[in-house]
Order: sequence, then C-alpha cells, then structure tokens
Amino acid sequence: MTDVAAPIGIKRRGTELALIGFGLVLTMVAFTSASAAYSSKLPSGLLSDGLGFIALAGVAHLAVRRFAPYADPVLLPAAVVLNGLGLVLIHRLDLAATSRAKATGVSAGTSAAPLQLVWTIIGIGLFVGVLVVIRDHRRLESLTYTAMAVGLGLLVLPALLPASHSTVNGARIWIRFGGFSFQPGEIAKLALEVFFAGYLVRKRDVLALAGRRILGVTLPRGRDLGPVIVAWGASLLILTRESDLGSSLLFFGIFVAMLYIATERRSWLLIGVVLFIAGSLFAFHTIGHVHDRVEIWLHPLDPRTITDQSYQLAQGLFGQATGGIFGTGLGQGRPDLVPFANTDFIASTIAEELGLAGLMAVLVIYLLIVMRGLRAAIGTRDEFGKLLGAGLAFGLALQVFVQVGGVTRLIPLTGLTLPFLSYGGSSLVSNWVLLALLIRISDSARRPAPDRPDVPDEAATMAIRL
Amino acid sequence: MNKPLRHVAIAALLMFAALLINSNVVQVGQASSLRANPHNVRVLYGEYSRDRGPIVVGGKDVARSVATHDVLKYLRTYPGGAAYAPVTGYYSLVIGASGIEQSEDPILSGSDDRLFLHRISDEITGRTPTGGSVVLTLNPAAQRAAYQGLKGVRGAVVAMNPTTGALLALATSPSYDPSVLSSHNSRSINRHYHQLLHAAGDPLIDRALSETYPPGSLFKIVTSSAAFSTGRFNPSSTIPTPTTLRLPDTTVDLHNFGGESCGNGSTDTISDAFRISCNTAFAGLGLKIGIHALARQAKAFGIGTSESIPLPVAASQFAVDANRPNTALSSIGQYDDALTPLQAVQIGAAIANGGVEMKPYLVAQVRGANAAVLSQTKPQVLRRAVTAPVAQQVASMMELVVRAGTGTAAQIPGITVAGKTGTAQHGLASQHLAPDAWFVSFAPAENPQVAVAVLVEDGGSLGSDATGGAVAAPIARAVMCAVLGCT
Repeated sequence: MTDVAAPIGIKRRGTELALIGFGLVLTMVAFTSASAAYSSKLPSGLLSDGLGFIALAGVAHLAVRRFAPYADPVLLPAAVVLNGLGLVLIHRLDLAATSRAKATGVSAGTSAAPLQLVWTIIGIGLFVGVLVVIRDHRRLESLTYTAMAVGLGLLVLPALLPASHSTVNGARIWIRFGGFSFQPGEIAKLALEVFFAGYLVRKRDVLALAGRRILGVTLPRGRDLGPVIVAWGASLLILTRESDLGSSLLFFGIFVAMLYIATERRSWLLIGVVLFIAGSLFAFHTIGHVHDRVEIWLHPLDPRTITDQSYQLAQGLFGQATGGIFGTGLGQGRPDLVPFANTDFIASTIAEELGLAGLMAVLVIYLLIVMRGLRAAIGTRDEFGKLLGAGLAFGLALQVFVQVGGVTRLIPLTGLTLPFLSYGGSSLVSNWVLLALLIRISDSARRPAPDRPDVPDEAATMAIRL
Repeated sequence: MNKPLRHVAIAALLMFAALLINSNVVQVGQASSLRANPHNVRVLYGEYSRDRGPIVVGGKDVARSVATHDVLKYLRTYPGGAAYAPVTGYYSLVIGASGIEQSEDPILSGSDDRLFLHRISDEITGRTPTGGSVVLTLNPAAQRAAYQGLKGVRGAVVAMNPTTGALLALATSPSYDPSVLSSHNSRSINRHYHQLLHAAGDPLIDRALSETYPPGSLFKIVTSSAAFSTGRFNPSSTIPTPTTLRLPDTTVDLHNFGGESCGNGSTDTISDAFRISCNTAFAGLGLKIGIHALARQAKAFGIGTSESIPLPVAASQFAVDANRPNTALSSIGQYDDALTPLQAVQIGAAIANGGVEMKPYLVAQVRGANAAVLSQTKPQVLRRAVTAPVAQQVASMMELVVRAGTGTAAQIPGITVAGKTGTAQHGLASQHLAPDAWFVSFAPAENPQVAVAVLVEDGGSLGSDATGGAVAAPIARAVMCAVLGCT
C-alpha cells in the first residue's frame, strides 16, 4: 500500500459544483450559438429554459450533497453536460425543422426540445428520488426476483401486445396507450442488471467452482449452463420477436460480463463468445432484417440502396465527413438531412456541427462515467454492489459502443439510444436512475467505514492500474 | 472480483479506443471521398447557399440572387422574367438548372478555375465564395421587340449580328416566369413545374433552339445558293414556272401557293420566281441540280450539325437520300426538311456576311465578383457557306422580296431590308393544319448589322390564311428596327 491521498472520507462536493458550473457554461454557450445561426436575436428561451436547466442541475447537486456526500464528483457533472448538450442539439434540430417547414409549407410537427426538458425534469426528479429512498444499494438485493419479474415482463410485453400498441417505425419495442408511448427496454435493462447482480451473488460459488478441466480450461458443469443459455435464448427471442438487434446484443453482453466478474472464470467468456458467434450466424442467415443491416453496413453507399435502405446511414456519414475535424459550427451544418437526427443519429449531428473534436470530447465524457462507475464498483465492499456497479457501468459502455459504432459504421447499425443525449423520455429517465445508482454505489465505496479500518487506497480502486 | 473488474474496464477502454479511431477514419480519412459522393446533397445545399453571380443584359441583371433569412441563404430572382426565360433558364432546388444557369454554372457559382485567385482570398477571409457574373450579347430593345411580337402566338425569334455571330435576341412564346421554379418552397416548385409541363403551348420548350420546323419557301435561299454555286445558273437565268408540276415518277401534281400561276405561267427568271416564291419553279430547279448539290449546300450552311451557344441546340435536318419526287419537295422546304429558328437566322446571316457563317454565341463576357473581365468571347468563323459572289446574288434577290415581293411587310423607310418568307405545310395533308409562317431577313442590306429569323407556329392569329409575309415579317421588322434604332 503506497502512501497516496486516499479519496475515502473526502467529500469533494465543491469540485463537483465547479464542474457542473463549467458544464452549464458550455451548455449555455452552445444554446446561444445554435440559436444565433437562425436568428440575430438572443434566443427567447435563454432566460427561462436556461435558468430552468441550471436550477435542475443545482437541485441534483444539492441532493448528492445531502444524500450521497462521498460520491465521485465527476459523475453528476458529466451527466449534466451530456443532458444539456442533448437539449441544445434537439432544440437546434427543432429550429431546422421550423425553418424547413416555413420554406416548404409543410407543418413542422411538435417541437421536441420542450418535451425533452420536461423529461429532464422528471429524470432529475427520479434521480433525487432514488438517492432519497435508496439510502443503501444493498437493499436492492432483496428485490432480486421482483426485478427479474419486472425486467422480463417489460421486455416481453411489446412482443405480446398487438402491433398497434407496440410498433413504431417498424420496431416492436414500444408500449403505446392513447397518446402515451414509452420504450420499456431501457427500464428493463436497469431491472435486469439488479436481477443479474442479485442472482450471481447467490450462485457465484457453484458457477465459479464446479466444473472439470478440458484442454487446460475449466469448463462449468452442464447443468450450470442453465442461466447463460436462458439469457442467450431470451436475447434471441427479443431479436426475432421485436426486431431489436441493439437490446439483444446489450442484454447478452451485460450478462456475460457480469457472469465473468462474479465467477472470475474465463471459460464463461469463452462460452459467451461462442454463443454470441452462433447467435450472430443464426440471425444473419435466418432473420431478414439482420441480413439487411449487415449488407447496409458493408455497402452503405451502394447506389441501389442509398436512396432507400441505406439512406440514413449514408446521410449520417456524409454529415460526419462534412463536419471534418472542427465541425461546421452549431446551426451551420445540415444534420436535419439525416432521418432521426435527434434520436438514433444524434452522434452524427455532433460529428457534423462540433466535428471530430466534439464527438471525441463526448466519447471521453462517456468514458469518464464508465471508468468512474467501474472504479466505484472496485471500491465498494459488498459483492452485490460490485456486480451492480460493474453491470451498470459496463452496460453504459456497451450501449455507447453499439450506438456510436453503428452510426459511424464501425459495426452494423442497431436501434439503441445514446444515453442522456438522444431525444426520448424513457431513455433519459432511466439513465438518470442509472446515474443515481452509480452515485449511490460510489458514495458507499468512498464513505469512511469505521467498522473496516483496512480501507483501500486510491491506487487500489483505480479501474485500470496505471 | 476486482481482477475481472479490471479486465472489464480494459475491455471498455478498448471499445472506446475503437470508436475514437473509427471516427478519425470517417471524419478525416474518408472525408473527401464522402463529400464528393454524388448522393451527398449537402454539397448541393451548400451551392444553393452561395451568393450566385448575376446574368447581365445591357447593364441590367436579368437574373440575380438576393439575400434571405432562411436556410438557403440566397434566393434566385429573375428581373428579366418570362422574356428572358429561354436564355437564363431556371435554377431550381428540385428540378435542377437549365439555360445559362446550367451552362455557365461554374462561373455563376464561383467554382470556375478562372475565379481561382478570388476563391483563395475567400478561403482566407472565411467568406462564402461569391460567383462571377455572365454578360450576355443580347440587345434589350431587340429582345423586348421579339418577345412582344410573339405575344399571343406560339413561335420563336432569333436575331444575330451577322458579322460577329453575337445573338441579339432569342425569344420563345409562350414562356414562363423562372422565379416560380427557383423558389425555396419545394412543394410550390413541384406544383408550378407540373402546371408548366401540362400547360397549353408547352412553355418550357425553347422553340428557338430545341425544336425544328419545316422551312417551306425559306429553303429557296438554300436551293438558289446551290444552283448559283454550280455556275450554271444566275438570278437572270430563266426557268420553267408551270402552274402545276407533275412530280417525277408519281401522279401527284405540285401547285403554287393558293393554286396561282407564277409570272406568265411558263417561264420566269430565278430572281422573279424567288420574289413571288414560285414553288413549281424551285422544285424544277432542285430536280435539275440534283439531291447531291442540294445536300452539299445544306451541309455548307450547317444543316445537320448541332452547335452549343453555349445552350444546346438541336440539329436541323435535310434528307440527303431523297428520291426524285421528294427531291422536288425538299427544294421548296417540304418533305423531311426541318430547321431550328437559330439555323434559319444562321443561313440569313451567312448570306448577309458575304457567305461567311459566324459562330453564334450568347455570352459576351465573364466577369469576376469584383467586375474584372475574366474572359471576352471573340467572334469565330464557323464555315464558308457560299462564295462572296453567290452571297451577293442571293442577297440582291432577297432585297427584291422585301421591295416588291412577298415580304413587303418588312420594309423600313430609309433602310434597305433583304428577306425571304416561308409558309410551310406540316402534318398530314388530311389534318389541314394551318401552315407555319417564317421570315428571315437582314438589314441594312449594304452593311448588315442585324439578321433575324421569325417563326410563328400554325399561322398565329391568321390561322390557315397565314403567310410568312403577313405574320412573321412584321415581327422581324420590329426586331430589326429595335437594333437599328428606327421606329
């Protein structure tokens, strides 16, 4: 144990406040800049919407200060700046739609930014609520099977509902009643992460120890394969029944990662990879739209599909290329040419107007959340907390990877949202809940523990030992 | 559990590293090829957001861009309106560009290499590139006279300076207002475009350049030129002028206009037959010199070749392999003969210019955004159509047509005008369509400054009673007067 400054017992709430202030300044500058491209006057909402968002960030900070005083000071500011930037970009695309509507005479539809602001209020409200109600994350362990029921229920529900209540733009991942629509996948993800953590804590010994060595690898017993096979089957079911490639990939990836962390057994990774490859091959050959997605990924600029199936990806790539290194500047590009620019393709909006520099900055902010989350998992003392924290943080990393990777053509395009940035209530709200849980675990990791004098030091809790 | 947690952290780090590297590949490595992709409309939108240069006629803009407050920062407007539409064309977000807007796009949009230095300074100062201007050869008064002369009829007028080839008027009727196709409202553009596509008289068609019409008696200029070029004939040669001519190898009789007889009904000089536009005389003359001499002469006038002025021009045609009865019909501008109004004026101008045909052109100058002249079009000889003496002989016959023949309506007091009428049957005989009326002329005859061709489809307002002399000659007169400054 080296003698470095340990974060244990140090609150650093001032640092958090300063970082939030910096994030808010960035948001307001971006807001003004985007609006200035469309009008010479200061944006009318600068005062009301801007102050509203500042107040929300302040409330979130006060809640952390009061209910999780030892939490990592980077997590909340990172989420605030992402949420703020998302609001600015959604507003900026609203302006483009209004301007286009004026030019073409077609109605622009409802503005998305005011709705997203409402969802931000609800999201931060739930964030505060989670911090207030769940004073100790270990209490969630008792909800393991409730979480399973809720998670699976939400996940399967769209597949069971009639299409009129579950399908939007071809993806059967919604629950719709009347004017209200909502994507249960994001909340199911949280519930399942709680379930995986609780379940694996109980079963880790048998999953970790039993087995026999074959070719130098200790393979688990056949009957212990049950859980991973169930998770795999459920993922394939989501894929075939709901056409949701992204969620399918995400759930299976999170489960395998958590299984590996719980058991410390590499054979689970091996089994996971084998099952993933088998599932991918099966999907590619038997599911039409998976095959299409792969074709689009390989040939997005094919003249035969560029005006139709691969139009969105191609337009997104054109936007990213137009952005170049420094971007066109907010309000100066044409991200509105990309369908679903404020949800699926918000990363390409960033790349076009804020450039490679802006996109890389956003990715680094996500990386900060992920690394700080994993660090909290390492630092926390209970197994459930470790597993839950790791699941939440790795899940976020995997989601960003699959989402941005799809938009930038690193991997085939799937249908996930970009956390905190994409327009959409269920995504924004569940990510604020996710952040509250990470902050809760981080608080417990850094809280001085009078009953445990052998506290780990800074180096021991680094996610990656430098 | 901390060891696998660190492995997961490394995996997350690798995933982000892959994202960061991949973004560099897309936004830097592949950027230029993605930007150049023809499906990348951002390039188009960028072009539509530029300060596009004006198209200028007689010191005034007939097309120019004005700043707006919407996403496309400039709106293209057409102060020249419908009168200049066949020349300027439109500049449309939805249906592309046409006319000078299309052919001179590199200059107008500012991407032409001749604007290179200017572009560099734009890059350095961060200004949006501004386009250069295109100055046309058109004469505003002549263009106005041409367009007004065509009011209410379907037809076209082309006027040019016979000694340089500079086009002085280029009008078509009916026309359209290009600004409705160049707005920023794609729905409105589509609606107007659809209307224009289905409008009576096809206003989107440029009759002066892209349509060909049977020339009728106009073609007697070509037949006379061919005959004199053989050396066996001159304007005083006498040729048979029967009231009817039995077409060889057929039982069909060719009549003169209105069934009249020419001169004394048996023989006449070529000059006098030309003056009164005697069909039987010229059909007989054509048969005498033969299809090969006629085809050679037609080719020497440029019939069969197509020009770019720089607007695309349809090729006029002459049937080179006609049999004997059709040779007779070809000699008087029927059968398969078909000329664009531009080709008609080129023929008249070649006669006016001593047999030398100049290359017609519309763009006088190209200027940079700072008004510096970047290039000036120099007149070019296109081909020699006839020898100077033959040109002189045909010109003197054309003077007679206006002084005392079928083209008296083109007379201008104090100025010698030379001209030739044409009244062409078209369609099947059973359709009884009103004839197309032509007039080609130049003035002053001794020092030609303007040549004009006028075409009025289906006889214009006079219908089946129309002749080139009655319908087309007055329009030609007005255009010549506009250029020469008479009233």
